[in-house]
Amino acid sequence: MDTISNILLLLVILLNFFLLGSSRLASCIRTIALQGGILSLLPVLAHGFSGHTLFLSTVAFLLKGIAIPYLLFRAIRQVHIRREIEPLIGYVPTLILGTLATAGSFIFSGRLPLIPEHSQSLFVPVGLATLATGFLMLISRRKAITQALGYLIFENGIFIFGMLLTEAMPLMVEAGVLLDLLVGVFVMAILMHQINREFSTMNTDNLTSLKE
Amino acid sequence: MENNLLAVLLLLPFCGSVLAFSLPSDRLRPWLLPLCGTLHLALTFLVIQGGRPLTTANGWLGVDPLSRLILLVISLLFCGCSFYALGYLRYRISWGNRTFVGCLLLFLSAMTLAAISRHLGILWVAVETTTVASAPLIYYNRNRLSIEATWKYLLLGSVGIALAMLGILFIAYAALAGNGHVSLQFDDILHGAASYSRPWLRAGFVFLLVGFGVKVGFAPLHTWKPDAYGEAPGLVGALLAGGLTSVAFLALLRTLQIMDAASEAVMAREAFLAMGLLSMAFAAVFVVRQPDFKRMLAYSSVEHMGILAIGISVGGVATFGAMLHLMNNALTKGVLFLAAGNIHRRFGSKKVDDVRGAITLLPFSATLFLLGFLAITGSPPFSPFISEFTILQGVFSGDHYVTGGLFLFFLAVIFIGMGSTVLSVVFGNPPEKKGDENYRETFATTGAPLIMLLIVLVLGVYLPDPVRHICADAAALLEVRP
Repeated sequence: MDTISNILLLLVILLNFFLLGSSRLASCIRTIALQGGILSLLPVLAHGFSGHTLFLSTVAFLLKGIAIPYLLFRAIRQVHIRREIEPLIGYVPTLILGTLATAGSFIFSGRLPLIPEHSQSLFVPVGLATLATGFLMLISRRKAITQALGYLIFENGIFIFGMLLTEAMPLMVEAGVLLDLLVGVFVMAILMHQINREFSTMNTDNLTSLKE
Repeated sequence: MENNLLAVLLLLPFCGSVLAFSLPSDRLRPWLLPLCGTLHLALTFLVIQGGRPLTTANGWLGVDPLSRLILLVISLLFCGCSFYALGYLRYRISWGNRTFVGCLLLFLSAMTLAAISRHLGILWVAVETTTVASAPLIYYNRNRLSIEATWKYLLLGSVGIALAMLGILFIAYAALAGNGHVSLQFDDILHGAASYSRPWLRAGFVFLLVGFGVKVGFAPLHTWKPDAYGEAPGLVGALLAGGLTSVAFLALLRTLQIMDAASEAVMAREAFLAMGLLSMAFAAVFVVRQPDFKRMLAYSSVEHMGILAIGISVGGVATFGAMLHLMNNALTKGVLFLAAGNIHRRFGSKKVDDVRGAITLLPFSATLFLLGFLAITGSPPFSPFISEFTILQGVFSGDHYVTGGLFLFFLAVIFIGMGSTVLSVVFGNPPEKKGDENYRETFATTGAPLIMLLIVLVLGVYLPDPVRHICADAAALLEVRP
């Protein structure tokens, strides 16, 4: 079981790099869906079959793998955009930063005071690397949709770290967390549509009238 | 029976929200607000009185003295705002109000859940729900500026709250690495905190401080505040500045309780002090010569969150002051935002250049705005004077002379800065182009802020025993036990 989840976690890292390097929004959303789908297998793989893990996996799959990507696809179809053009930081520099952050996460998690069972686990470094990727996306992209994607990657990183602690979160709370994520993305998708309607572009550069 | 009371308190605004989304009539729908607001306030009084600790069987929901204080504050404020909303929504009937009313009630139910939650996971879900429910409220005016404000609020709030989730997971990991017993139920945490792993606990505290600090609006995490408060309708500004920030501050107080239980209070209190002073400093810089009176109120909100943090960090009598100030700040912000909303509506602008002589055109709202300004800047006889004075007393009796000096300096700068803006809005000759001349003050739009101001005035002159007990009990929870 552990080897499978380790392979999946390495796949998550590869998908992180793909997200940082890709400008086509449709493939970015598909990648997010794939990443969400992979993550939804982790509860069952890491903790075995039980009511709790099956429920968590199913809900995570339905929301992260299907519902949220569907909302995002609908948003880009409504506003007719295909590519992120001119990110604030170019694709190659973000990829390099992403590589550095990933390497840093592996080195850093080696120094963390983890309990012995987790010291060899890939959950912590991959979680940190995914957090860093999400953060990079958030600060380096201009389009509202790519910023929302960055937020989703960030959430995925927290989800991976949370895998170490599934017993801490009761089912109801997990469901609430995922539901909040879904509604958050729903509101963001509506706003993207409005941004596009008002400014005829989804670039958040236009959102600079409010300042001192 | 008592547990059912909590369920009813929670479900009442939620059912109201569902009803609001399903009712077809724009004319009838706003009446749900005062209905739910009044019932919620009545239920809150029922929950508060008696002073017994209530908890549900699984310990996830419960009412302790801190919850009592926050419940009272949000319920009073919401009740006032709900009557104001009647007048406001009647004036803007053509604009539609299905989402607005529905989200307002959902927002109330999320705030209530946050106030009575005794599980960090539920607290998180509730605070995140307040973000999602209030975003459509900020977007009510549907123009370019409100889109910008909403987008910034939603993105910053979501990322901030995600950081808080990471902090919660770190606290859980501290338990796992410390004594192996992982639970996020609040009493379990307080009970076990002494044996938690220190590095993870401290890291968790930092993430929680930053995460919930975004929602509270501590500088330099406050950047969403002026935009959101400036672009949202006055009534939403009142609920954000008085309700949302109080709830988020409660989340920070819960964090502080955990740190206290783990004997890490010194680090936590120093962090609060630094955040508090920085917030006051930022507010003092930006409030001076502020050309927009609603943004000015936002910076005042940053300042008062700073004052609360300083009061909490100093401890002793200042903790009591901070608890009282939490209530005063919420009610006074309610007065200011509601009055500012009326002035904004009449003049069609919130720029100081366009708005002058409000007192001749809107005598009631302008007077309320002026008195609200005097109250919030800590002038006697209003109650914020008492609470700020108590905090200051705690600061000096604890020998924090530098903090005390800076505190007084910032208060003075902010008084002068806000004063020049407020006076130029209220007095002088009204401009030629007068905005919306059909706008009239009604009892609905001035009655609610008037009552809130009266409460603030009464609390300043005579602090009734029940209120004193609520604040003192809440403060007792935050005292460091040796």
